[in-house]
Amino acid sequence: MTSLTRVWDIPGGIHPPENKNQSLQLPLGEIPLPPLLVIPLNQHMGTPAQPVVQVGDSVLAGQLIGAADGTFSANTHASTSGTVIAIEDRAIPHPSGIAAQSIVIQPDGLHAWIEKEECADFRALDRLELLDKIRAAGVAGLGGAGFPTAVKLAPKSTQVIDTLILNGAECEPYITADDMLMQVRANELIAGTLLLSHILHHPEKLLIGVEDNKPKAIAALKMAIAAAAVTDPEAKKIQVVSFPTKYPSGGAKQIIQILTGRETPSGHHSADIGVICVNVATAVAAWRAVRYGEPMISRVTTIVGEALQTQRNIDVLFGTPISYVLEQHGFDANRASRVVMGGPMMGFTLLDLDAPVIKTTNCILAPGKQELPPPAPAQACIRCGLCAEVCPVSLLPQQLFWYAQAEDFDRLETHNLFDCIECGACSYVCPSSIPLVQYYRAAKGSIRQQEIEKEKADRSRQRFEFRQARIAKEEAEKEAKRLLRQKAAEEAKKKLAEKTIATSEPLEALATTTDIVAAAVAKASAVQISADEQKIKLERMVNAAKSTLEFAQKPLVPNKTNPVISEEQLVKQQVRVKQAALKLAEAEKKLADFIATQPELAAPEPLPTATTPAVATTTAIDDPIAAAIARAQAKLAISPADRIRSNIESLHSRLAKAEERVAEAKADGSINVAALQQGVDKLREKIAETEAQLTEPGANEPVAVKAEKTAAQIAIEKARQKATAMANKSDGQKRAEQIQALQLRLQKARERLAQAEAENDPNIEAFRLGVTRLEEKLNEIA
Amino acid sequence: MIDVILQNPILSALLALGGLSAAFGAILGFAAVKYKVDGDPLVERIDALLPQTQCGQCGHPGCKPYAQAIVNGEDINKCPPGGQATINALADLLDVPAPSLDTEHGEYSEVKKVAFIREEECIGCTKCIQACPTDAILGAAKQMHTVIADECTGCDLCVEPCPVDCIDMIPVQTDLNAWKWTLPTTNQKPLFHVVANELNLIASDRRNSDDEKAA
Repeated sequence: MTSLTRVWDIPGGIHPPENKNQSLQLPLGEIPLPPLLVIPLNQHMGTPAQPVVQVGDSVLAGQLIGAADGTFSANTHASTSGTVIAIEDRAIPHPSGIAAQSIVIQPDGLHAWIEKEECADFRALDRLELLDKIRAAGVAGLGGAGFPTAVKLAPKSTQVIDTLILNGAECEPYITADDMLMQVRANELIAGTLLLSHILHHPEKLLIGVEDNKPKAIAALKMAIAAAAVTDPEAKKIQVVSFPTKYPSGGAKQIIQILTGRETPSGHHSADIGVICVNVATAVAAWRAVRYGEPMISRVTTIVGEALQTQRNIDVLFGTPISYVLEQHGFDANRASRVVMGGPMMGFTLLDLDAPVIKTTNCILAPGKQELPPPAPAQACIRCGLCAEVCPVSLLPQQLFWYAQAEDFDRLETHNLFDCIECGACSYVCPSSIPLVQYYRAAKGSIRQQEIEKEKADRSRQRFEFRQARIAKEEAEKEAKRLLRQKAAEEAKKKLAEKTIATSEPLEALATTTDIVAAAVAKASAVQISADEQKIKLERMVNAAKSTLEFAQKPLVPNKTNPVISEEQLVKQQVRVKQAALKLAEAEKKLADFIATQPELAAPEPLPTATTPAVATTTAIDDPIAAAIARAQAKLAISPADRIRSNIESLHSRLAKAEERVAEAKADGSINVAALQQGVDKLREKIAETEAQLTEPGANEPVAVKAEKTAAQIAIEKARQKATAMANKSDGQKRAEQIQALQLRLQKARERLAQAEAENDPNIEAFRLGVTRLEEKLNEIA
Repeated sequence: MIDVILQNPILSALLALGGLSAAFGAILGFAAVKYKVDGDPLVERIDALLPQTQCGQCGHPGCKPYAQAIVNGEDINKCPPGGQATINALADLLDVPAPSLDTEHGEYSEVKKVAFIREEECIGCTKCIQACPTDAILGAAKQMHTVIADECTGCDLCVEPCPVDCIDMIPVQTDLNAWKWTLPTTNQKPLFHVVANELNLIASDRRNSDDEKAA
C-alpha cells in the first residue's frame, strides 16, 4: 500500500546527521517519582490555566489543578498523588528564562489515580461529548507547539475536512520520541486515528505520515492496522505513508504538502484546505482520554546527548524537573556544552535546569562539547544564496536578514516573514554562520510588540479623546446651568423691583429716597419694567384721569347744606374740570408716546423714565395751586356754624396736646414749662372766644362769614393769579421760580435746624430730615 | 442645426466647451460637497504615528494637538516617548530630513514605565485622577486610588500633583507575553564599522588581525 501512495516534495530542506540511533538502543523506560513536581499552568499555547487547588490540598493523579481559561487554553492535571505545597512562580522551560505560575506538588509515592470514566465504544458517544472529554483531559499538541487539540478538532462549519494526517515524520535530528511511541503504542495510535476520524466526520483519507528512516515504526503500524481491521473495517482506510527523510518534512504545513500536494496559503490554517494534521502522540493521548478517561499527565520524551550515560526514551510525568531527569540518566555537567529542550535545529538552550518537563517537551538534549559546539562567530553575509535554496517555505532569508538588521518591519512583512516556520535550515547551511533564525525571531517579536503597542496607543488615543469629549460636555453643561441660574436670578430681581416700585410709587412725590444706592437700584429696576407692564400702568393713569374728569363734569346738585349753587361753586367746578382735562391729556400723551416707542423694544424704557420727571415737576407745579384753591374752596363750602364747631374741635385737640406737652415738660423739669403753659392759656382763651361766637350766632355770623368769605375770595384770587402767572411763564421761568421758592424754604429750614441744634431740641431729627428732603427736592428740580 | 454649427464654428466651439466646463464644474462641485472629508487627513496620519502617551512633553496638551501643530509647521523632534523611531517615521511621512530628538523636551527612555500608587500612603485627593489624560487612575474622593496598569501610558503627569508623593514610575516587567527574542549580540556592533576600520573583509583577515594582536 505504501508504495502505491503518491508523495510530493517540498522546496528546500536539508539532510543533517540524523543522530537517532543513540536513543533507540534502549526500550521505552520510566524513571522513579521525583521528590517534587513543578507543574506550570501554561504548558500549552494560549491563555494560562487558572489554579483550582490551594496550598495544602492533597491531590490525586489526574486531578484537575488548573482549569482552562477560555477556549484557547487547556486544563492542567496533577501528575501524581500528593500534596500541593506551593502555587508560585517557578522556572519553566522557556527561552526567556522567565518564571511563571506553577503548582508544586510533593508526591506521596502512591501514585493513586482519581476515578477514571472509561468508555468502551466511542462511537456510542456524541462528537461534542468526545470533544469535551478530550478538552477535559487537557490534551494539547505534543509535537512542539502545544495547540489545544479540542480546538483543532472542531473546525469551522465552512471547512470541509477530507484528509486527516497523523504526523509521525519526526524529522528533527536526535528526537525519537514519536518513533518509539509508534513502535510500542501502535494499536493505541490506530484506535486514536479512528477516534479522530469519527470526530471529524470520517474524512476520505486517513494518512499516517512517517519518514522512511523509521522502518520499525512503519512495520508496527501496519501490523496494528491489520489487527484493528478485524474488528473495525474503517481501519483499512488508514494508510501509512512513508516518504524520504528530509528536514523539515515534519512541519505541519510541510507534511500536508508532502502527503497531499496542497500548499497551505499564507495566513491560513490547514483546515482551510480541508486537512487536519495531528501529531501521533497527541492522537494517542486523545484516545487514552476517551477510552480510559485518563487526563494527559505524562509523555514520551527522548533523553539524549553525549553528556549523558544513558540515552533513551522515557515516559515521564509532567512537572518532573529536568535536572532530576538528567540526574537519572547520568548527566555529566562538565562534558555538556549546554542543555537544550527540543532538537538541535529548533530547540532552545535551557537557562535553568530546574525547569520541569511539560507537554511540549519532546526531547531533552544534553550534547557534549564536540557534539554541538557553541556557534561559530557570525561573519558578513557573502550573498551565496544557500539559505534561499534550503528554505522550505520559499522565502528569501537573505533579504529578510538585511531587513531584520535594519529593523525595516514593513519590508519584512511584505517579504512574508510570518510564514517563516523558524526551522533553522538557513542558519544550518549559512557559510558565514549567521544566526539567521534568531534575527527572524527577534524581528517577529518586535513586530508583534509594535502591534501590541499600536493597539495600546489606539486605546489610549480613544480614552484620551473620550476624556476630552467628556470634559467638554461637562463644561458645556456647567455653562448652561450657570446661564439658567443667571436668568432665574435676573427674573427674581425684576419681580422684586416691580414690587418695590408698586409700593414706592405713591411716595415718589415725597422723594423719600435717602440712600443713593437705593435710588440707583430703584432707577435700574424702573428701567427694567417690561413694556407691557408700563403700558398697563399708563392706561390705568389715563382711566383714572378720565374718571376724575367725569366726576368733575357732573352738574352741581343742590344739597341740604348748600341749597343754592353759588357763583363761586361754578367757578370752582370749572377749574376742577379744566384740571382734570389737563391731567387726562397728559396721561393720554404719555400713553401715546409710550406706544409710539414700543416697537423699538431695545430702548423703550429710557423714554418713559425721561418723561416721568418732567411730569412729576408739572404735577408738582400744579399741585400747590390746586391744593390752595381746594383748601380755600373747602373753607368756603363749610357753613359758619359748622366751621366754628370744627374750629372748636381742633382747638380742643390742640389744647389737649398742649396740656400733654406741659405735663411732659413738667415731669422732665424743662425750662420751657412756663412758655408752654402760656400757650395752653392762650388756647383756652381762644376756645372760650369761639364758643362765645357759637352761642351768639346771629350777631356774629354775618361779619364772620363775610370776613371768611373775603379771606377765601382773596385766597382764590391769589391762587388764580398764581395759576395764570404760571401759565404765562415759560418752563424755565417756572423752574427758576420753583427753585427760588425751594431755596427760600431750605434756608428757613436750615435756620430752624440751627436753632434747634443750639437749643438741643428733641425734634432735631425731624428738622434735619426736613432739610435733607428739601435739599433733595432742590437737586431733583435743578 | 448642423448648418448653424457649420456657419459659426468658433461660436459653437465656445458654446460646447463652455457647456462642458459648466457640466464638469457642477459635478466637481457636487462631489466636493457630497464626499467632503471631515478633518485633516494628514493630522490623522501624523497622530497615528505618535505614541499616544498624551504626556504633553512636546508642549501640547496631547498627541493630537501636537499632530495639528506639526501640520502647522512645528518641528517633528519634540516627542521624547516616541524617540528616534517616531521622528524617523514622521520624517518619512512628511518627506523631510529626520532631525535628532530635541532633548529640551525630555530624554528617550528605552524602558517603558507605568505609574504605581503606594496605596497605603494615598490620601484620596483625586488630584492624580484629574491629571491623568487617559483615565487610567481609579478611585474616589477620600478613597484609595489605583492605577490601571494596562491603560497607563507612563506619561508622568500624575506624579507632580500628588500632595503626598505616593506615586512611583516603575519600569514595566517583561512577562512571558511581552518577551521577545533579541537580535543576536554577535552582530549588534555595526558590521560596516569593523570593515571600514580594520579592513577585515573576509573571515581570514579577522583571524590574522587577531593573531597580530596576540603577538
